[in-house]
Amino acid sequence: MMNGAWNRIAKTAAAACLVLGALACVAAPVMPKFRFENFTTANGLPDNHVYSVLVDGDRIWAGTDNGLGLYENGTWKTYNTKDGLAHRAVLSLALDKRTGDVWAGTMAGLSRISSGRIDTFTQLNSGLSNDVVYGVAVEGEHVWVATAAGGCMLNLKTNQWTLYNERNTPMFEIWVYGVAAAPDKVYYAVWGSGLLELNQKTGRWDKYDDPDGENEMVLFKDQGLIHEITTSVSYVDKVAWVATYFGDSRYDGRYWHNFLTKDSGLPSNFTNVVKGVDANRAWFGTDRGLAYYDGTNWSVYRPSLTDGKPEMTVRDAQGNVTAEPVTTAPAHHYILNIDLQGDDIWVATAHGLSHGIREK
Amino acid sequence: MSVRFQSRLRVGVVAACLVAAAACFVVALFRGKPARAAARPYVTDALAYVSPVEMLLSPDGARLYVLCQGTDEVRVLNTTTYAEIKRVHVGHIPRGFSFSPDGARLFVANTWDDTVSVIDTKTLAVAATWPVSAEPAGVVEDRAGKYLFVANRISNDVAVLDAKTGEELKRLAAGRGASYITPSPDGARLYVTHIYPNPTPHRTAPESEITVIDTARAVVVERIPLHGIAHGFHVAFSGDGRLGVAAELHPKNLVPLAHLEHGGAFIDTLMLFGEDVGPRPVEVPLDELERYFPRPFGVAISQDKSRIYVSHGGSENVTVIDVARLLRFIHAHPDSFAEDLSASANYVIARIAVGRDPRGVLLSRDGRRVLVANRLDDSISVIDVATRRTTTVPLAGPKQISILRHGEQTFYTARYSFQGQIGCANCHIDSTFDGLTWDLEPDGFGVDIVDNRPIEDLRGTEPYKWNGGNPDLPTECGPRTEKYFWRSENYDDLTLTDLVTYVRSLPSRPNRWRLPHGELTPAQDRGKALFERAVDKFGNPIPESNRCSFCHSGPKGTNQKSFDVGTGRVTDRTGKLDTPQLSNIALSAPYLHDGSAATLEQIWTIYNPDDKHGRTNDLTKDELNDLIEYLRTR
Repeated sequence: MMNGAWNRIAKTAAAACLVLGALACVAAPVMPKFRFENFTTANGLPDNHVYSVLVDGDRIWAGTDNGLGLYENGTWKTYNTKDGLAHRAVLSLALDKRTGDVWAGTMAGLSRISSGRIDTFTQLNSGLSNDVVYGVAVEGEHVWVATAAGGCMLNLKTNQWTLYNERNTPMFEIWVYGVAAAPDKVYYAVWGSGLLELNQKTGRWDKYDDPDGENEMVLFKDQGLIHEITTSVSYVDKVAWVATYFGDSRYDGRYWHNFLTKDSGLPSNFTNVVKGVDANRAWFGTDRGLAYYDGTNWSVYRPSLTDGKPEMTVRDAQGNVTAEPVTTAPAHHYILNIDLQGDDIWVATAHGLSHGIREK
Repeated sequence: MSVRFQSRLRVGVVAACLVAAAACFVVALFRGKPARAAARPYVTDALAYVSPVEMLLSPDGARLYVLCQGTDEVRVLNTTTYAEIKRVHVGHIPRGFSFSPDGARLFVANTWDDTVSVIDTKTLAVAATWPVSAEPAGVVEDRAGKYLFVANRISNDVAVLDAKTGEELKRLAAGRGASYITPSPDGARLYVTHIYPNPTPHRTAPESEITVIDTARAVVVERIPLHGIAHGFHVAFSGDGRLGVAAELHPKNLVPLAHLEHGGAFIDTLMLFGEDVGPRPVEVPLDELERYFPRPFGVAISQDKSRIYVSHGGSENVTVIDVARLLRFIHAHPDSFAEDLSASANYVIARIAVGRDPRGVLLSRDGRRVLVANRLDDSISVIDVATRRTTTVPLAGPKQISILRHGEQTFYTARYSFQGQIGCANCHIDSTFDGLTWDLEPDGFGVDIVDNRPIEDLRGTEPYKWNGGNPDLPTECGPRTEKYFWRSENYDDLTLTDLVTYVRSLPSRPNRWRLPHGELTPAQDRGKALFERAVDKFGNPIPESNRCSFCHSGPKGTNQKSFDVGTGRVTDRTGKLDTPQLSNIALSAPYLHDGSAATLEQIWTIYNPDDKHGRTNDLTKDELNDLIEYLRTR
């Protein structure tokens, strides 16, 4: 009797589980899948530590710890200091889409690579504010630069440099990690001083801070920037995506929304880079993998933190997490930079460069 | 009239002449210039010379368009008779022009106006004048009529304009002093040369480039490296597009002038590139072992690709090259032979004398004539290709030669130097400077290295030379030049006077960093305050002699005295340096007396550790930027 009852209960429970499981499978959001091809020094990458990556049509630029790599027609070419590059460590990259020139921020200056010619700007030979160039962006005839001693802007028409620091902006710290520029706004991600916004029309600066101050507790969620230690900013469709070492934020000019591991699909709050796709979608590069947010759901791509095997997880709006079967993953879980090539993605990691080829 | 009366009249006329002559002599003696009026053919009036620099044939071949730099106009001539059809006034000091692909419009780059004149070729009137960037020197429209490309000398770039409206769309980084644009025969590419070398480390060989632009995408797709080249001029292509040639100057500025064993301070060369040449460009000399052909400028290749014609501004002739022999020679000698002046005997087949300072070279449609614009003779030389005989077509203009014009002719010729090696204009390109440092004097290797300086607006800036050793221009241009540069007998006194008069007359070009009406931007204004300050940021008085405004005083920015500002080198014979003027200082990199500072910033970030070159070490980076912004307005 007892055995029969238990059997019935067990069968019913199993059936219910199967139904629920099936329902869960059906409900799991469809997130982009990639086949990752990884590059290391073994196949020509100048160095495995890749700080930055830039898509330039069919060409890929990789800023590494030992030179600037250019991947073209299946082979790598390396530019280094002997070619005129300011320093071997290339921290940031930007493309002037009008001219095709590439700007490289390095540990010892800013270089322009223009059809093979490299011109270098340093704090000694130009108006550049500091030689450690963490970020660079090109907008129209202006090159915007984030350095270890403030931001600055080079006017390519007049060759005039304008410096932005604690003397002429509300920048309380001058360690500037990232910059994003558009015709209407320029944003600086200031390490320890929040987010700075320049209205290009009015010339007015605004500063966005963590409403909790430097307290690492989140007392006022969605009330402002998640933390003062900002590392990266991306501005697209009039929405600023901001990364910090303690979570990320989205700002549409009026409302803030914060993302934390505890209530989003972020694999880690420690975020090195954010790349907005549009007003609703963005990629995040963290110390624990690459994350994609489609406005509702999240997916994470990385080699497993425990056994290194490729993994992809999907988190839906209700917080349900499912594992997707994958056979490839980015070269490393420590993500430093991201760029997009149509539906494909390029990822700079602490141990190699990855090309995520979108699977249909 | 009686014989007696005639005799009296004769005596009276003679007496009157004697009295007049005596009076003239007394007046001349009083003025201290007894000889000029009587002995010289040159007039003192300031005359407007035509100064033709470039030529174009209309697409139908019926009209010859001549760009006249001296009168700021385009002259339109009948191709057969050379009769003048019309003059079209354009902007100030035009330097380059070209037709739209359909021939309906003629674009003219006006260097000192910073404009492009758009001429309707049907009405021969200026249809529009478009403001462009700083000192436009060359202009070409792409074959689709979408973009207009303008080479800018001062901003060192090529501006891309909307060919319909003149609106600037973007700028492409080019070589320093970007000037001459030549389309490939199919129009798919533009080749841009530049007249000053690209920046290189101090005392290293100059580097230049030919900037190659894809016209459809309006981006730079290649930079053909020109190692050792400092100054590039015109480019020409063979009709099949397989051979390109560029006229160039190859300086030997790293070698002390006194130690040059084999030839002069420059090699006058052509750079060959393209499929006929091979994967790398090849540089070939135009000079001969004991005869030089300075400042190659204009180039043309005959339609059958049998001949190359090159004009030489300094030697006042045109070189004719046999292309087949040239190509055979370079393929037989794959190594560089630019400095082997014996090489030219293998491919140069003729030198044809033309007028003074020949510039643009043009082939007639039938290929039977070569036309050369003689800038300083106001004429066009017409060379019969078959007979190599030359006829001269004068352009209507002043018949007399003024002192200034004679001085300019003297400045641009190389005839006064040993073997015709160089002239003033070799180092002072288009009466400016060359962006190079030189080892001029016979004082040993590497002693007294000097930076070449611009020569505009020199009145009130004497003494001259890096150490102030030459008190005036006659000393600077006379014995010094004779000894170190010409290594030959120098000018007679009056020629030297005319040369000095010309040099002293050179105006300062417009300053592109100044706002209209002399206003300053906020950054420039802050920089001016720093330039003039008497107290440093810590409240300490700055000694008068250590203020920027003390040495760099007055309208030219020099108090005309020498000081030790801490930038002397152990290789200098004196530590005291002449205070240079600041006129258009932004244009004349490198800086300091020996050119060791590549940029204005380096003067203070590297070479002023002890504040001897002005009190600057208390300044923040943005304040130093402000100071430099102000200096650029000087």
